[in-house]
Amino acid sequence: MQRRACALAIVATGFMAGPASAYMAYVSNEKDNTMTVVDTATMQVVKTVNVGQRPRGITISHDGKHIYLCASDDDSIEVIDTASLEIVDTLPSGPDPELFVLSPDGKTLYVANEDDNLVTVIDIEGKKVLAEIPVGVEPEGMGVSPDGKTMVNTSETTNMAHFIDTSTHEITDNVLVDARPRFVEFTPDGKQAWVSAEIGGTVSVIDNQTREVVQKITFEVAGLRPESIQPVGVRITADGKKAYVALGPANRVAVVNTQTYEVEKYVLVGQRVWQLAFTPDQKTIISTNGVSNDITFIDVATDEPVQSVTVGALPWGVVVSPK
Amino acid sequence: MRDRTFLGLNTAIRSIAVRASRHGTKADVRSPLTGFDKICGSAKLITGTLTSRRSDNNRTLAQERVILSMTSAVPGTLAAFLCFFSLTVNVPGAQAQEATGKPPTATAKPEKKLTEIKIGYLRAYAPQLALSVLDVPPRDEGVAGGNVAIADNNTTGSFLGQKFSLDVTEVKPDADAVPAFQDLIAKGNRYVVADLSARQLLSIADLARDDGVLIFNAGATDDSLREEQCRASIYHTIPTRSMLADGLAQYLIWKQWRRWVLIHGSHERDQLFAEALRRAATRFGGEIVGEKLFEDTGTARRTDSGVVQIQRQMPVFTQDLPEHDVLLVADESEVFGTYVPFRTWIPRPVAGTAGLTPSAWHPASEQWGGTQIQNRFAKASGRRMLSKDMAAWTAVRILGEAATRTQGADPRKMADFIRSDDFSIAAFKGQKLTFRKWNQQLRQPIFLGDGRSVVSTSPQEGFLHQLSELDTLGVDEPETKCVLK
Repeated sequence: MQRRACALAIVATGFMAGPASAYMAYVSNEKDNTMTVVDTATMQVVKTVNVGQRPRGITISHDGKHIYLCASDDDSIEVIDTASLEIVDTLPSGPDPELFVLSPDGKTLYVANEDDNLVTVIDIEGKKVLAEIPVGVEPEGMGVSPDGKTMVNTSETTNMAHFIDTSTHEITDNVLVDARPRFVEFTPDGKQAWVSAEIGGTVSVIDNQTREVVQKITFEVAGLRPESIQPVGVRITADGKKAYVALGPANRVAVVNTQTYEVEKYVLVGQRVWQLAFTPDQKTIISTNGVSNDITFIDVATDEPVQSVTVGALPWGVVVSPK
Repeated sequence: MRDRTFLGLNTAIRSIAVRASRHGTKADVRSPLTGFDKICGSAKLITGTLTSRRSDNNRTLAQERVILSMTSAVPGTLAAFLCFFSLTVNVPGAQAQEATGKPPTATAKPEKKLTEIKIGYLRAYAPQLALSVLDVPPRDEGVAGGNVAIADNNTTGSFLGQKFSLDVTEVKPDADAVPAFQDLIAKGNRYVVADLSARQLLSIADLARDDGVLIFNAGATDDSLREEQCRASIYHTIPTRSMLADGLAQYLIWKQWRRWVLIHGSHERDQLFAEALRRAATRFGGEIVGEKLFEDTGTARRTDSGVVQIQRQMPVFTQDLPEHDVLLVADESEVFGTYVPFRTWIPRPVAGTAGLTPSAWHPASEQWGGTQIQNRFAKASGRRMLSKDMAAWTAVRILGEAATRTQGADPRKMADFIRSDDFSIAAFKGQKLTFRKWNQQLRQPIFLGDGRSVVSTSPQEGFLHQLSELDTLGVDEPETKCVLK
């Protein structure tokens, strides 16, 4: 009896200590072909789902009903029902899809096809390819402006951010950034695109009007070799004040002040941190730590790591349900 | 009686019937060069089904996990090579054009005038034998890497109005390289990727300097070219023997396998690699407790039923070596090295030019985005990518990067950029690569592989350096004998 009360107390404490409301985080595990479902309130693994081969990019429909997952080695995008956690459909993706972005209206997926130097535009409802846009060598990072008018792709060997008009599917500007650009994140006001460069070790801030680099953010961690600082995932808070940058084998997430472009903190997470996702209430940001096979919950208010949770092998991407 | 059969070992390694079939011979190269001009533009190629399970795991994980399935090896096709070759020799001989002023952000519409960047490729070539047919160098070794980089550069160039071409010329390994070099220069090539012997390289280095031509050495591993004989006109994208030996030695020390014996061949290059291994032992705390020369007496490399003799001869040859942890082999000449693993008197791992081998690239490397270049290369050339292919790819990509960053094709500006502190290149090795200023050698990690998979990459954890851990590999600045001229 006493034991049960104690257990209840622990559960209650757990709920209180954790983020205010419960969301589900979905983590793609590149190595073991699974997706881990984690309850963000209890920070416990709820389920592990078998998916296609080499799952990497992951996102979710705005209504939270469907997960879209790049199964890179199956050359397809899998659609997973969040209620049943079953694969209910696949979308045509072009070969080797790695990363994609969903249009603000939720109707279109823009997919980077690494092996083919293409960005594929997919109509989700019609399940058809609307356009294939030739870009630079090894397209990877994908971002879309909040108004949906501009899409940006980065090409890892060409070292450019390609700005694409979503109405014409034509490249309008090519902005040179540092080596191996991996990720694009627009500021919530749509005025800037932040582009990380993994080998260059920088984040380029590009003005969306002039399409010029207005700031280059560098990182420095005492005791770490500069080569080990490799920025990949970038997320900016909804209020536009803070940017989080995953630094790869530096095992840290940098917190950047978007006004001063100064790094305010380095949060130690797990090994080889690549991607990030906020919970919808913006109280927590989650990092995927590939080599340590875990994800880390970071408290956005304090920028302190709260807890790490073991997921599958080589966690790559993460997305959190909107409800 | 039995012992007598083993007598005269030094002279009697007679050779071997190689009946090994090439691994994974699924013919999956579907006319990879359909519309090559398209490659230069958008590089849209036909998809191959290459590997089934890949991942971008980093070194730590790679060391801990056994990679279970490595399924694909795409066989070479003559057609693929011929297509490439005809492309590279048909490059129009237009004059190199000077840079035009470009805005910092060029637009996508490439109606503007194309700027051409012409790169020569000069190689010494003659068919080579190997102890195993699997190790016979492909006909287009190196050149294929250069061609993939040209396609990569042209995809990028399509956004900037730049067009790259590769003009390949071959000479014999012992021939005078000067006329071929002068011919390339006369055709307007301002950059030459060289896969030549040290002697041939030196014969063109001063001519290049006088003409303002940059040479990228993608073939010669000789330390002397970066030391006593270093030249300001030569950049080196292929690592030196000392870098390779140091990369291997660091791993053996990390494993705490410190006692080594060394069997080396009798040719000059075998001796040079043996010397690099001795230097590495001194440098990192290994001990060479015994050495033995394996004299090349000119036996045939491939004969039927040679296997039977090797199996009996090699144990006896290694019988009198002192107690050791690892047996090192220095046989670049392919006289005996492949015959050492699994045939030694006592069971010991083999490393060097056989067994665990250090290299600039590994055909199975999939770390650090390597899958992408491997797929691209396999599709274009119909085989796996080798070290020399990577060295040539890197050289041509360096020129592409210089043209991109300087927004033009001015050879002087490009050379200044390559020499500047701003220069670095990404080459699927997990970090940016830069040139050592004192001898123009490209710093780079060294792969250690066993022929099937990557075992590790060096520098190993714990080998520290005040400037760059990559400088724990090879001759460092305080020791250099190079005076660039």
